[in-house]
Amino acid sequence: MGEVKSLADLRKIKEDLRAKMSLRENSNNPESLVQIKVAMATCGIASGAKQVMDFFIEELEKRNIQAVVTQTGCMGYCFAEPTVEVTLPGKDPVVYGYVDAAKADNIIEKYIKNGELVDGIIPVNYETIEKN
Amino acid sequence: MKELSLHILDIVQNSLEAGAGNIGILIAEKQNDDQLIIEITDNGKGMTQEYADRVTDPYVTGRKTRKVGLGLPLFRQNAEKSGGSFTLSSAVGKGTCVMAVFGFSHLDRPPLGDMAGTFVLMAAANPKVRFSYHHVTDSGEYRLDTAEVNEMLDGMPISEPEVIRFLKSLIRENLLEIKSEA
Repeated sequence: MGEVKSLADLRKIKEDLRAKMSLRENSNNPESLVQIKVAMATCGIASGAKQVMDFFIEELEKRNIQAVVTQTGCMGYCFAEPTVEVTLPGKDPVVYGYVDAAKADNIIEKYIKNGELVDGIIPVNYETIEKN
Repeated sequence: MKELSLHILDIVQNSLEAGAGNIGILIAEKQNDDQLIIEITDNGKGMTQEYADRVTDPYVTGRKTRKVGLGLPLFRQNAEKSGGSFTLSSAVGKGTCVMAVFGFSHLDRPPLGDMAGTFVLMAAANPKVRFSYHHVTDSGEYRLDTAEVNEMLDGMPISEPEVIRFLKSLIRENLLEIKSEA
C-alpha cells in the first residue's frame, strides 16, 4: 500500500479538476443541473439514507450525469424513508419514498435520464421545504 | 442506529439546524480505560438550560413537521445501554456540546462504523460549514479540518466526486494507521 496519503496529495486532484471544470458548461449555473436532496434526519438515517446518498454520488458520476446531491431534513414522511427529492431543470420537485439502491438506479435510468416517472412518488400536493 | 457513525451524522444535523458555522467532532477510543467517547461541539444558536434538560425526552423537538424527535434520545439510550453516560451542555447564542461515553468492550456498544464516509458526506453536503475532526486512539491521533481542505482545493468544490473519494481514503488510511476500529 505504501505511503499513507496526506492532505497535500489533494493538490494534484485540484489541478485535474480545474481542467475538467473549465470544460463543463453548466458548472456555474446550478439551476440547470439535476438537484437531488436526500432526507437525512433520524428517520432517514436509520433507514439507510447514507447508503442511498453514497449511491447517487457515485453512480451519477459513473453515468456522466451532472447533478448536485445534498442532504435535507425530515419532510414528515418518516414511514416512507429513505425519501429523496429530485428536481429536474425547469420542473417541479418530485419526492420518491422507500428508496434503496435498486430504486435509486431506476430513478436515475428512467426519471433523470428520460423524464419518465417511477413508482413510489409520495404526495401529489407536495411543496418543497424552504430551509432557513 | 446500527453504527455510532450514523448517530454522529444524525446529531450533526441538529447542529446544522441550529445554524452552526463550526462543528467539531471528537472520537476517543480509549481501550485501556474501556471507554469510547464521542463529542460533538458546535457554535450554533444553543438552547436554554430548561430546554437542554428536556431535550432527550422523545416528545421534545424543535421541528415542525412532526411531534417527536428521536435523535438525542436514541444516542443517549445506546450510550447508557453500554454502561456509559450522556451529557449535554448548551448556552444560548454560544453553542452546544453533546458528549456520549460508551463502554468500549460492552456487547451492546454499536460498532463505530464508516466514520470516513460519514465525515466526508457531511462536509461535502455542507460546504459552507467548517468541520473539524479529531480522532484519538491508544496508538495515536488524527486530525482533519475542512478549512485546510478548502484552502488546498483553492476554489474547487469539496463536493466533487473525485475529492470525496480522495478524502474518504485519506481518512480511512490514517485511521488504520492509528489502529482505529473504524
